[in-house]
Amino acid sequence: MAVYNALLELADDHLVLGHRISEWCGHAPMLEEDLAMPNMALDLIGTSRTLYERAGQLEGKGQSEDDLAYLRGERDYRNCLLVERPNEDFAHTMLRQLYFAAFMHPYWVAAQQSSDEVVQGVAGKAQKEMAYHIRHAGEWVIRLGDGTEESAARMRDAVEALSIYVDELFDSSLAAQEAEAAGVLPSRADMRAEWDKTIAQVFDEALLAFPEVPFAQSGGREGLHDEGLGHMLAEMQSVYRAHPGARW
Amino acid sequence: MYSQGLIGADGRTDETPEFLEAFQQRIDAEDKIEPNDAMPEGYRRTLVRQIGQHAHSEIVGMLPEGNWITRAPSLRRKAALLAKVQDEGGHGLYLYSAAETLGVSREQMTEELHSGKAKYSSIFNYPTLSWADIGTIGWLVDGAAIMNQIPLCRCSFGPYARAMIRVCKEESFHQRQGYEIIMTLAQGTDAQKEMAQDSLNRWWWPALMMFGPHDGDSEHSDQSMKWKIKRFTNDELRQKFIDATVPQAEYLGLKIPDPELKWNEEKGGYDHGEIDWNEFWSVVKGNGRMNRDRIKARRAAWDNGAWVREAATAHAEKRRARKMAAE
Ligand SMILES: [Fe+2]
Ligand SMILES: [Fe+2]
Ligand SMILES: [Fe+2]
Repeated sequence: MAVYNALLELADDHLVLGHRISEWCGHAPMLEEDLAMPNMALDLIGTSRTLYERAGQLEGKGQSEDDLAYLRGERDYRNCLLVERPNEDFAHTMLRQLYFAAFMHPYWVAAQQSSDEVVQGVAGKAQKEMAYHIRHAGEWVIRLGDGTEESAARMRDAVEALSIYVDELFDSSLAAQEAEAAGVLPSRADMRAEWDKTIAQVFDEALLAFPEVPFAQSGGREGLHDEGLGHMLAEMQSVYRAHPGARW
Repeated sequence: MYSQGLIGADGRTDETPEFLEAFQQRIDAEDKIEPNDAMPEGYRRTLVRQIGQHAHSEIVGMLPEGNWITRAPSLRRKAALLAKVQDEGGHGLYLYSAAETLGVSREQMTEELHSGKAKYSSIFNYPTLSWADIGTIGWLVDGAAIMNQIPLCRCSFGPYARAMIRVCKEESFHQRQGYEIIMTLAQGTDAQKEMAQDSLNRWWWPALMMFGPHDGDSEHSDQSMKWKIKRFTNDELRQKFIDATVPQAEYLGLKIPDPELKWNEEKGGYDHGEIDWNEFWSVVKGNGRMNRDRIKARRAAWDNGAWVREAATAHAEKRRARKMAAE
């Protein structure tokens, strides 16, 4: 059950962030980004599907990926708060992506040693994708941070707004701790040094400073979310829930 | 800067009868015309207008389908729809590039879209009101687009023809995927079947309108046929589409909303009821339910993204300056 819950946390992170990026579709600042953002969303949603499916298998109650994605409400979702933050503007969106990918990249690299074959498999693919997300989002953070006055101000606002959600990335819930002890998943806290290094490199070029965080927000792993997630799920699950048992 | 070498691109070139005759001979010999080749100004303008409209249609077309990405009823469908909408954006990008070879920039074309000067396919001025519309759009709208575009793979203008070859492959994948969505609904619960039928009822006639006015009323047809930009008339393509689609609907157990639709043994095709041309022209003129919202959404994306594009330019400029200073 612990591994099931730990995989759900991970799957929820990926689905929620993938969904958020997909909200940009058709509304990006330039056509090139209307192509790049769906790529990132597809990577994340793809990973979530494998993880949901694996969680369902391990639970052994016949829950499909869609049951897990579409039939749990906001108190059951276990994603960290960072990924559910609204898109706000392109600066927030790219910074959120960078923060997440800078964590997930070393995480998936380490997860290639997982004792679970499915996790191993997804890790190999996902670590490459996360390296690309770091590059893509990181380049934008640099361009915007060292672009115009307006873009730099927006970038600083994004840093101010999102940095309070960073610490939660490195906290392992009880379920995650058990999965880590069992060798299924790597320890989240171990990713901190690598994360700090990636962000320092990007911020250096972006002329940004990572702020002091006097109070970090957390609670996502216990299903204690911001008000936005409920709306996201209401929308995402509306068709599925309106037709119980239907196939799509 | 792209226009040097283009006859007539700056309006200064004489189009002598000999020149026009030689050009027509190249067309008749199925020679591909390339961007730097001499071409009549009318040929160039026709292509700019047509490729631009096509590009805009791909881009505006992302909106009605994008409307369901966040509600797609399974993760598999969500991923497939995202990928599809992304493909449409990619089509827009190739097509803008093809048009740019004729001396118009993407920015210029984008401004013309936003000002209402350039048109896009009217089909995207209809709203997507249920999940079934995602299936119907793939099946009928991508299906109609393929009918229009397969002949364009042999268009006399090289860059357009080559772009269409790649685009058509993806459009036919979209068409099959859309049909598969509708098939799933048609074999599903009563509510799903009803959703599929309702969707077909709303999209059938607008899909037929995608082929444009009757041959007699189509202003650009003759010259485009002569220049081999077009290979079939609007009515010919519409007929092909109907003949291909009716059996597909029958297979699904869905009813085409045209009481006059009937197989005509003699012509080997279906006879059909008259299209409501008042509706067609009304939507073209801007009175479709979604005309304003579509342009407003595109404009908002463009305007809200201005600071991002400016920052990218400013950053590239700073980089260049630093690199020069270092050398
Ligand atoms: Fe397309
Ligand atoms: Fe198209
Ligand atoms: Fe398509």
